Amino acid sequence: MKHHELDARRLLCPLPVIRAQNRVMELEPGDTLEVICTDPGALYDIPAWCRMYGHKVLDIRQTQDEVRITLRVGAPPDRP
Amino acid sequence: MTKTRKAVALISGGLDSMLAARLIKDQGIHVEGINFFTGFCVEGHTHAIRRGHHDKPKRNNALWSAEQIGIKLHIVDVIDEYKDIVINPKHGYGAHLNPCLDCKGFMVRKAREWMEQNDFDFIITGEVIGQRPMSQRRDTMPVVARESGAFDRLLRPLCAKLLPETLPEREGWVERDKLLDFSGRNRKPQIALAASFGFSEYAQPAGGCCFLTDENYTLRLNDLWSNRGDKRYELDDILLLKIGRHLRPRPNFKLIVGREEGENNFLNGYRRDFTHLFCVSHAGPLALVDGIANDADLDFAARLLARFGQGRSADKVTVEIHPHGGAARTIEVAPLHPDEIPESWYL
Repeated sequence: MKHHELDARRLLCPLPVIRAQNRVMELEPGDTLEVICTDPGALYDIPAWCRMYGHKVLDIRQTQDEVRITLRVGAPPDRP
Repeated sequence: MTKTRKAVALISGGLDSMLAARLIKDQGIHVEGINFFTGFCVEGHTHAIRRGHHDKPKRNNALWSAEQIGIKLHIVDVIDEYKDIVINPKHGYGAHLNPCLDCKGFMVRKAREWMEQNDFDFIITGEVIGQRPMSQRRDTMPVVARESGAFDRLLRPLCAKLLPETLPEREGWVERDKLLDFSGRNRKPQIALAASFGFSEYAQPAGGCCFLTDENYTLRLNDLWSNRGDKRYELDDILLLKIGRHLRPRPNFKLIVGREEGENNFLNGYRRDFTHLFCVSHAGPLALVDGIANDADLDFAARLLARFGQGRSADKVTVEIHPHGGAARTIEVAPLHPDEIPESWYL
């Protein structure tokens, strides 16, 4: 299990989610990814996207200028 | 065992696509949503940036509506591919720079490609006959089906009963009787259907979900193109058109002036890429200079910027100017009087 960082500063919704989505596809279940954003929309969007795909949000930290969201990658989704 | 059929739903974040996806999911179809990010999506960008917009939820409505329906959503970056649609639309523009028919054909084509790559069976959209003047007309709907290559694998559940049968209906994957016959611009049927599904909150953008339908935005985009001498853009260009006041006091440059703290923070992220200036003697906004400005231009820009800060009534204010790639300098200037700023400078 590895820890990774994704710099999504300056990107506006939904680009932080798109970048996170694309990065997670390259990672293994159990890996963690810290996404660093400046768009406060990420506070809703990334956790919503994680709920949808079975990834777990481990930590959310917000400062004046940045949002840092750490997630743990879940198992690949099931499809019929 | 009966095979579970799979549909990919175009989810814009508005009510209609949400209803269409829910209708088909209720028929036992496995539905997943897809949303294409063109760079021109309204989707709360300015609300996300501007601190004052507390009434608007800071979220992506496509993600939110997919979660309400209980489906997965795939958000796909199509910024580069979409440029050709904006710059050279085969079917032309609508009232502004909105290439609605080309855009719909493009999105359904991308959804069709995704459907084929992921072994899905058909595509659904929230289109309603007569709701939009270009892309949602009885005569243009077949154009979208044909030019996208989706043909009869494109199902519009909200108005399907008014259209010829599609493959999912003929094959019995969905029951035509349970599809709808909405038409026109009246929103009451959609609102009633939303209530029956228990959807109490949903986005209803008055001017559509695309900045290209916005008169002021397209004025800025046309200004950008005419000053560059050709129709091209990068993502940062079209994002910056959404932010701040844009003033062109001279043909060779324009100023982008933050209107409040959130916009100033956002523009601050572009300081390294632009000549920029701000007032240091009084509180006020940050301004980016887009174009090529000489020292005299920048001195004048400082006077113009001062008009939008708290020193606007002072005799003199101090402005720090940071030329792109050059040494910063500080000057004292008199803020411009409102009478010295013609309306024609505002974009």
